[in-house]
Amino acid sequence: MNARVTRLREQSLRAVPSISAERALLLTDFYAQVDRLLSIPVQRALAFQHILQSKAICINDGELIVGERGPAPKATPTYPEICCHTAEDLDILNTREKTPFHVSSDVRRQYEDRVIPFWQRQTMRERIFELMTCEWKAAYETGVFTEFMEQRAPGHTVLDDKIYRRGMLDLIGDIQAARDGLDFLQDPAAYEKQEQLKAMTMAADALICFANRHAEKARELGAREPDPQRKAELDRIARVCSHVPAHAPRDFWESLQMYWFVHLGVIIELNPWDAFNPGRLDQHLYPFYQQGLADGTLTREQATELLQCFWIKFNNHPAPSKVGVTAQESGTYTDFATINTGGLRPDGADGVNEVTYLILDVIEEMRLLQPGSNLQLSKKNPDRFLKRAARIIRTGFGQPSIFNADVVVQQLIRQGKSVEDARNGGTSGCIETGAFGKENYNLTGYFNLPKVLELALNNGLDPRTGLRVGPPTGEASSFGSYAAVWDAFVRQLCFLIDTKVRGNNIIERLYATYLPVPFLSLLIDDCTRNGLDYHAGGARYNTTYIQGVGLGTITDSLTAIRYHVFDHGTITMAHLLQALAGDFRDNEPLRQLLLHRTPKYGNDEAYPDAVMQEVFEAYYQAIHGRPNTKGGHYEINWLPTTVHIYFGSVTGALPDGRRGGEPLSEGVSPVQGADRNGPTAVIKSVAKMDHVRTGGTLLNQKLTPQLLSDEVGIDRLAQLVRSYFKLDGHHIQFNVVDAATLRAAQREPDKYRDLIVRVAGYSDYFCDLGETLQNEIISRTEHPVI
Amino acid sequence: MKAIDCGRRAAPEPSAPRGLVFDIKRYAIHDGPGIRTTIYLKGCPLECAWCHNPEGQLGVPEIIFWTGRCIQCGACLEVCPEDGDLDAAHCRRCGRCVQICPAGAREMAGRWMGVREVMAEIGQDRVFYDSSAGGVTFSGGEPLQQPEFLAALLRACQEEEIHTAVDTCGFAAPSAFDQVSPDTDLFLYDLKLMDDAAHRHYTGVSNRLILENLRRLAHRGAAVTVRVPVIPGISDDAGNLDAIGRFVASLGAVNQVDLLPYHRMAADKYGRLHRKYRIPATEPPSTERMEQLAEGLRQWGIAVTIGG
Repeated sequence: MNARVTRLREQSLRAVPSISAERALLLTDFYAQVDRLLSIPVQRALAFQHILQSKAICINDGELIVGERGPAPKATPTYPEICCHTAEDLDILNTREKTPFHVSSDVRRQYEDRVIPFWQRQTMRERIFELMTCEWKAAYETGVFTEFMEQRAPGHTVLDDKIYRRGMLDLIGDIQAARDGLDFLQDPAAYEKQEQLKAMTMAADALICFANRHAEKARELGAREPDPQRKAELDRIARVCSHVPAHAPRDFWESLQMYWFVHLGVIIELNPWDAFNPGRLDQHLYPFYQQGLADGTLTREQATELLQCFWIKFNNHPAPSKVGVTAQESGTYTDFATINTGGLRPDGADGVNEVTYLILDVIEEMRLLQPGSNLQLSKKNPDRFLKRAARIIRTGFGQPSIFNADVVVQQLIRQGKSVEDARNGGTSGCIETGAFGKENYNLTGYFNLPKVLELALNNGLDPRTGLRVGPPTGEASSFGSYAAVWDAFVRQLCFLIDTKVRGNNIIERLYATYLPVPFLSLLIDDCTRNGLDYHAGGARYNTTYIQGVGLGTITDSLTAIRYHVFDHGTITMAHLLQALAGDFRDNEPLRQLLLHRTPKYGNDEAYPDAVMQEVFEAYYQAIHGRPNTKGGHYEINWLPTTVHIYFGSVTGALPDGRRGGEPLSEGVSPVQGADRNGPTAVIKSVAKMDHVRTGGTLLNQKLTPQLLSDEVGIDRLAQLVRSYFKLDGHHIQFNVVDAATLRAAQREPDKYRDLIVRVAGYSDYFCDLGETLQNEIISRTEHPVI
Repeated sequence: MKAIDCGRRAAPEPSAPRGLVFDIKRYAIHDGPGIRTTIYLKGCPLECAWCHNPEGQLGVPEIIFWTGRCIQCGACLEVCPEDGDLDAAHCRRCGRCVQICPAGAREMAGRWMGVREVMAEIGQDRVFYDSSAGGVTFSGGEPLQQPEFLAALLRACQEEEIHTAVDTCGFAAPSAFDQVSPDTDLFLYDLKLMDDAAHRHYTGVSNRLILENLRRLAHRGAAVTVRVPVIPGISDDAGNLDAIGRFVASLGAVNQVDLLPYHRMAADKYGRLHRKYRIPATEPPSTERMEQLAEGLRQWGIAVTIGG
């Protein structure tokens, strides 16, 4: 990378994440004076406008792509309309060991004087907790599930190619056409639609105004700039920002700036999960790249530099600060924006192009936490593409992860998307499948499956708190068959899923009613045509997810009961229950038996893998196809981010030999250390799940560097991936590190700050992870050279 | 807690030969082309000082003791017919301690398996062989010590259109090679020491039969990759490598040599088997040394790879 990029990258790495009160204060000012007769969408659009008109404009020295969510890199705004941090929260954020945010005394005072008094008892978070049932609260508090919307807005979405073809003014034209078509005689919702469309126009205008402010600022800086080269760049920035986002971009530079303004709009309007994503960046940029090379206005080096500057913008934006359970389930600075490469074109042809390889070069060279990156690998993509990625993976950077583009298409078509929308789709966040630019695919919370078994073995009572959480399903000591155990498990499961869905149906409507997102609605088809907000079912497709967690742990636990208590009679149910109640104290031989003399998922063995399939089926049946509030339905997926640590901490000893408090397994991976037959056996076991009937699964494989030390290793890794995908696996990611390096990093974190590892669906700095997770990564089964 | 038998039971195969298998490893990526499964057959006529599979040497099942896994619960002592004298000399290898051990600290190396049973294991990774032009490698021990069983397995693989490789020390009756050659796609053939006295000293047998079998294989046009374990102070002198180069060059058809650098990963295995490791002080060769030796061999017009 050149001197400019090196400097910007250094700045970004060195910037300390901090809390900025800017947005909170502007929002407070606005709502203190708002005309309450205005419709809520219009109020939200005006608030958005107020923030973009008033917030500080930041153009960092040397930048080519401009715009910050806060007043400076990593100055992170808050969203008090959703969750208003208390003074105590701010102290915790300021001092906590992992993922802290610096809170200055000014910010603390502004919060205490203005923000907290205004928003206290007025937030979405408080409203949600007030409206939930006792059953919901018991399950939430004991760690049966988490709630995604209590601190962050529904998002989980990705952009398609529309902003490279149409500017904000074009979108405003579309909105006008929709307004003209409103039928106040026949359509009882015409007024609501009119207000929503009005709000969307205001939001589009607000972004244009925001860009113009950047153009002015660039001109102002240019006038004072002594260096002629930088002066020329600032002049170019001013011209770019005067053109996009009002109009469609005309070249490579404008395309990247166009996306970046849109990205900022989405993450300033609210704090949606997974930030926002450009989708098929390589395909979107390719025409501009080709055109630039052809007419001599762009070189490969310039394109690379612009992409690198674009990468830095993502890294300047940590995830909004989270507290409580939400901080535990997603304990990371990464905001899950991810760059897709490869896949298919809408006509079904191979989507890999020259920009794909350019992007892969940038990923390798930048080595930044954000944005994340992934391959959408189709059988039609060349091996060169996969091997190029494998050589990046080999460096131990944890990126990119690899997705099966052909299975993603199958999943989307099964869910009811058109073929074109499916091929334009892909994955985002950790592993979530979605139709880019057309779908609201909303994750609502993690679901702790091992906890459900714990409840089934305790007649619905949580042993840790003594609370009644599930229905009474019988004393486990009286279960005379495995079928009886299974029946109690399924009854607990169905009750708790009902409880979660009942809550979701309220929370979805709260967001639709009180926190519409007119700006995001501009970007996702068919919100304009439907005159409906993104949160209210305006998108073409609307899918709600509850994410299953602990598949390996629940499978091994049920397997152990079936195998030892009922099939072989090695132990009695009473003995097992007593050992679990005592956390295996004075029962070490039994724990060893459960750990080492029991079939385990992840070894390509029929016995445990059949149990996995039954668990999958039960979870699928309990959730799949239920209607949501947006005209869509529920689907399942399997990912944990970091929640398997939190869920583990609230779940007691389990029949797989796991002690109380230890982490659960993550994604669809086997229990840590339980896979002893190498990566092919893991893949075979995991592929016995029907990935096509999910909206994404996460498989983490740790490899020692030796396995990839030569070209033979690269070839074999590529073949391993191709084989998994032939078996319809959804996703695989590789952690290529050795345990010794990780232990050294634990001892001397300062020497290993750049060490990024992949943890459950994203990559993170190893030294930022909690000790438990660090230890877990170290203990994960390695697959050394045979 | 009762004892359990975790071993899978296969349906009896009365007519097919049975063999003693001590390990099956999947995702083997250095034992021939592509992604492979390696089947380790137990029993070897050699006793190489550096052997990294000492549990494969004896042609009978034997018990491995993983001290680190033992929780000292005493269950093994209670079931032992030798009243708990678990020393290798007295052990009858009855396996009761293996069955009762909750921690898996006692393991039986060596299991009698039928052809169908082994083929079921091999079939598990079929999708990986197909994607990588991989297959199966029979190793050991010395697979040709069980020629009937090996030949039956090779035949079964050919019927399944799975690529086969046989990793051999070469010390076997010529008739055994005749038996397995037709169904072997590739031989991985060890050449250790060209000096016969040194060969006897470090492996326990003469190298004459080994060289003769290799000549015969080359003569009939079998696909062979020669593998040379590079053991510092034993097989890594220029004289030995030069003699190997001359010999391989004289074979005409054989043109690939893999130099396998010595590693110490097996040292712990000897303790688990109550045996002594004869070369505890030997250090792995440096990368530079390996390159130097490879370069020397290439002078003979041979393609040389370091590692498998």
